[in-house]
Amino acid sequence: MSTLIEAVGLTKSFGATVALDSLDLVTETGSVVALLGPNGAGKTTFVRSLATLVRPDRGTLRLAGIDVARDPAGVRRQIGLAGQHAAVEPALTGGENLVLVGRLFGLSRRASRAQAAAVLQSLGLADAADRPTKTYSGGMRRRLDLGASLVGRPRLLLLDEPTTGLDPASRIELWDTIRALVSNGTDVLLTTQYLEEADQLADRIVIIDHGRVVADGTPDSLKQQAGRDVIEVHPRFAADLDSARDALASLTSDEPRLDAANRRITITVADGSQQLADAIRLLDARHIAVDDIGMRRPSLDEVFLGLVGNAQTAQHTATTNPILEGASS
Amino acid sequence: MTATITAPSSLRADTTTRAGSSLVASTVAIAGRTVRKFVRTPQLIVIGIVQSTMFLLIFRYVFGGAIGTPGVSYVNFLVPGFVAANVLFCGTGTSVGVAEDMEGGFTDRLRSLPMPRMSVIAGRALADTALLALILAVTVGVGFAVGFRLGGSVLDGVAAFALCIVFGFALEWFFILLGVLSGNAQAAQGMAMVVFPLTFVSSAYVPVASMPGWMQAFARNQPVTTMVDAVRSLALGDRADAILGHSTGYLVGRSLIWCAVLAAGFAPITVARFRRV
Repeated sequence: MSTLIEAVGLTKSFGATVALDSLDLVTETGSVVALLGPNGAGKTTFVRSLATLVRPDRGTLRLAGIDVARDPAGVRRQIGLAGQHAAVEPALTGGENLVLVGRLFGLSRRASRAQAAAVLQSLGLADAADRPTKTYSGGMRRRLDLGASLVGRPRLLLLDEPTTGLDPASRIELWDTIRALVSNGTDVLLTTQYLEEADQLADRIVIIDHGRVVADGTPDSLKQQAGRDVIEVHPRFAADLDSARDALASLTSDEPRLDAANRRITITVADGSQQLADAIRLLDARHIAVDDIGMRRPSLDEVFLGLVGNAQTAQHTATTNPILEGASS
Repeated sequence: MTATITAPSSLRADTTTRAGSSLVASTVAIAGRTVRKFVRTPQLIVIGIVQSTMFLLIFRYVFGGAIGTPGVSYVNFLVPGFVAANVLFCGTGTSVGVAEDMEGGFTDRLRSLPMPRMSVIAGRALADTALLALILAVTVGVGFAVGFRLGGSVLDGVAAFALCIVFGFALEWFFILLGVLSGNAQAAQGMAMVVFPLTFVSSAYVPVASMPGWMQAFARNQPVTTMVDAVRSLALGDRADAILGHSTGYLVGRSLIWCAVLAAGFAPITVARFRRV
């Protein structure tokens, strides 16, 4: 293992908006790193800086030891970018799109064709190779876009919200594709707003917010970092939600979280087993009927919300199926 | 389907140093993509041809009767001016195409590849100039069909056409810049409105002498008039002398200087704006 990405004090503003606020991040080769954060956290700006599409105002950024500001052309030889759009030409066939990228990567005509065919084969698009891309489904187009970033056999694959806007089936398909690539030893830096995506694909999750790293670790260590248990209560009657919340408030130093749609209250506590008993007693004292009560380890969502602590984000990511939100960019 | 996904060794990261693509090779590849897009999206060409044919017919048959052109029939006055000015209307298609590529992420993909960024612009300029030649050729054909006749030699006529293409190539940089600055297709369409004052306040459709004095000052000294006058002089030969008042050589020379100025002025700005990250 050696250092792959090295960002020190990376800062970038767009007008009054600070996208990157003195961000520090070092990653090693041989890993899949997910940058996780809400909209506007600076994820895309970081990826675009690495892809030499954005020039940071301050700080240094190196990829495999190459300084992005000093030798952007050198960096471009090392990366493959698949952005938020399916950046393929609809009028060209899948094969032609990939051959074009191969040519622009400096491969010979013959090598471009061979490489395009190999990529299409590996992505399950061989049958659609000679069809214009405009006839592809959304998921196929995204896979082709991913393919375009692979033609040059990059050292680092940059995936900026690779599954945003895809339906659940296409999303899972794309995850499988990315996993297959990863198993082959390609390093990946991906950004996502979906905790599940980060949990599924990454060895390491870097949570960023307001242009800074707010947490960093494996999915498990992040869950542990929160270090506390969660008690979840489902009152039988919706009318009891408020009084149940008031009853449980004494057990936690945080605000209890009330999810009216799912008739659920969650609190984070220091000692789950002890305080579960307390919770039952408190609810019973108020004669609140309970369908279900239980204790569990915090989900990555809760860790994320605790760290980002953004009310709007909380609303978004707390829904059980973020996929249904559709494209959010 | 996904169960069969495998990643063969040919996709494994290749960390040997790659040279990237040369300026010429990448320009040709990018121009090739745009040309293929035109060929396979016939509506792009058809809209351009229908639009220019329609306006030519409107000027010829609707406005023509009301516009006095001393010493030359209106159709002979109109067609060379119309073809030269049409270069600008075709140019708006470039701005929109460039903006679409930026909006859809295609430009970002190209800019993240190991090739000169200049190629993205040069490839677009080449392909769009080829499209321009096609549309102008059709417009010239329609011009002949509605009664236009060359006043000089065929060679002069060919030179007039070639001059329009040179003008188009020189202006490509300006239209690409508009597309880059606007960032999305709708805004590009809006910014491209700038071609209306340039084409209408020129000698393309009416004699400049018919305009109010203050407007003549602009109309006489702007590049579209310069270009139109040179094309008109080549296309009409001696017949144009009365309205142009200068020799063909002088007019063509002046128009080429303008082309050089436009290209030299806008190309560096466009390239710099495009390179800037």
